[in-house]
Amino acid sequence: MSTRPPYDAADLEQVSPVLEPGYTFTSVTDKISSIVLTRPTSLGWVVGFTLTFGLVMILTVSLAWLIIKGVGIWGINVPIGWGFAIVNFVWWIGIGHAGTLISAILFLLNQKWRTSINRFAEAMTLFAVACAGLFPLIHTGRPWMAYYMFPYPSTMKLWPQFRSPLIWDVFAVSTYGTVSLLFWFVGLIPDLATLRDRAITKPKQIIYGMLALGWRGSARHWHRYQSAYLLLAGLATPLVLSVHTVVSFDFAVAIVPGWHTTIFPPYFVAGAIYSGFAMVLTIAIPLRKAYDLEDFITMRHLENMAMVMLATGLIVAYGYFFEYFMSIYSGNKFDLYLTKMRFHGPYSHFYYALILCNILTPQLLWFRKARTSVPLLFVMSLVVNLGMWLERFVIVVISLTRDFMPSAWGRYSATAWDYATFAGTIGLFVMLLFLFVRVMPAISIAEMRELVAETSEEHE
Amino acid sequence: MEHRSHIYGVVAEFPTQHELIHAVEKTREAGYRRIEAYTPFPVEGLSEALALKRNNVPLITLIGGLTGGLGGFFFQYWVCVLAYPLNIGGRPLNSWPAFIPVTFELTVLGAALSAVFGMLALNGLPRPHHPLFNVQRFVKHATSDRFFLCIEARDPKFNLSESARFLQGLHAAHVIEVEDD
Repeated sequence: MSTRPPYDAADLEQVSPVLEPGYTFTSVTDKISSIVLTRPTSLGWVVGFTLTFGLVMILTVSLAWLIIKGVGIWGINVPIGWGFAIVNFVWWIGIGHAGTLISAILFLLNQKWRTSINRFAEAMTLFAVACAGLFPLIHTGRPWMAYYMFPYPSTMKLWPQFRSPLIWDVFAVSTYGTVSLLFWFVGLIPDLATLRDRAITKPKQIIYGMLALGWRGSARHWHRYQSAYLLLAGLATPLVLSVHTVVSFDFAVAIVPGWHTTIFPPYFVAGAIYSGFAMVLTIAIPLRKAYDLEDFITMRHLENMAMVMLATGLIVAYGYFFEYFMSIYSGNKFDLYLTKMRFHGPYSHFYYALILCNILTPQLLWFRKARTSVPLLFVMSLVVNLGMWLERFVIVVISLTRDFMPSAWGRYSATAWDYATFAGTIGLFVMLLFLFVRVMPAISIAEMRELVAETSEEHE
Repeated sequence: MEHRSHIYGVVAEFPTQHELIHAVEKTREAGYRRIEAYTPFPVEGLSEALALKRNNVPLITLIGGLTGGLGGFFFQYWVCVLAYPLNIGGRPLNSWPAFIPVTFELTVLGAALSAVFGMLALNGLPRPHHPLFNVQRFVKHATSDRFFLCIEARDPKFNLSESARFLQGLHAAHVIEVEDD
């Protein structure tokens, strides 16, 4: 442990920059747009795309069989009605929180290091929300009647129950999906104009031209654009915090032991950011390697993300501790029994694995050596992703299998279709990312030019 | 002068944002008012140099947010109290705390949609074609690495040769006339 103050000159030298020096407006534009426009498709891309496309085919088969046979093909039954579908829903929507957090909150806090990671983190958010939205939809059992959840003037004069957290969820998730899409698209407009102007083939010029909406970089346009972007960031910030809060209400408003706690909203939000940053690392590390973006996504980015992971991981640990403490402190025998079941029940190995993945392993991130070791960070991000999935499994399954009355107890195990559907959504998520990096600039070119302008002024 | 109607204006290209801002200031000092700058990223200080007023995007966003929020709340009120009242254990029909999450989400949705579409509408986008796209150098550089200043023909002081000479005097890298088609 060093006794030096945290930011003396020697330390500052060690901090890598957010952009390696020597870049000009032309070279950042060329480098990022070439990934989309001129770079030949690599063998690795084809292999990765094919594998994930195979998983998407498994997803379509699983969904088709689900629609033919019904939710009975899954492991759910009374008393465990939620199972994998809700575990996966909460997991995916949690992952989807990092994109908007990076784009909106770090933008408001004027953190320059967000610039090169916000674009693909936003794309990741959209794809994760798409995967998340699929699960409650298919979990309804009759997905073709899901429009019942939206308020519309039906001939039966029936309206949704607005006092139910499940309806709040519909509004929260659909608003989040829409606003994330708007945010992403507004950020893309100037870059789409760049691609339109640099594209050589006619079809690309036409497609990017239509998407760019005729953007030409006029100062009056930028003036309004910056207002709109700032407002979107300001709106997305409370929104991102509200979404997982509402998701946690699905649990916390119910009286089931282990769910009915007031700590759920903040600890769900922290967990969402935790898993989201883990997923951004999981994507950023291979992406910067495959497309030689180490100058743009520097060690500084990876280290900062690791620190955010450590901080949110500690909040999550605090949440676990207080769940445990409150069950003892309350003296409620159902809560106490549930806590006992977490440590000694039939699913205790999941609980111990969760503690190992989410609380113990991330403590390595206190050490700078761990934060700057790229392979270790990659493994750690996968461990946290797994841990957060286990957390949702523990919350959903242990509580539902140990309700108030022993006559209502049960066991849950997932079937092959559960696993196939889950694997299929992972395939869908990664496949969409593969497509994204080839058709859209994975890093915001306009914002990188701004960064070049700022850093060159600092050196002058 | 007779083909003045076919001219959109005259555009000058500058290699850095500082030279552009300097040129904008000089052009305004010279009395030109119908001018516009084009940059590959938002340049700090450019709005001030062009003396742009505060824009209406925040106001539109506020109206959108209020519409979403009030509309959302009173819609839920109408559903739960008037259209489809459900008496559950004598609890109040207007259980407003339970309406807050949806009200909040619809406030954000209304505000975000109006911010984006308001911004696009005020900017006159989508607009597939613009006279400046006739200029090869503009298409090649305006969205990547160069800074442009255009004096438009509708400026009362505009005179093609004089305005072009004026821009040349500001050390522009290129001065190109823009045809209107």
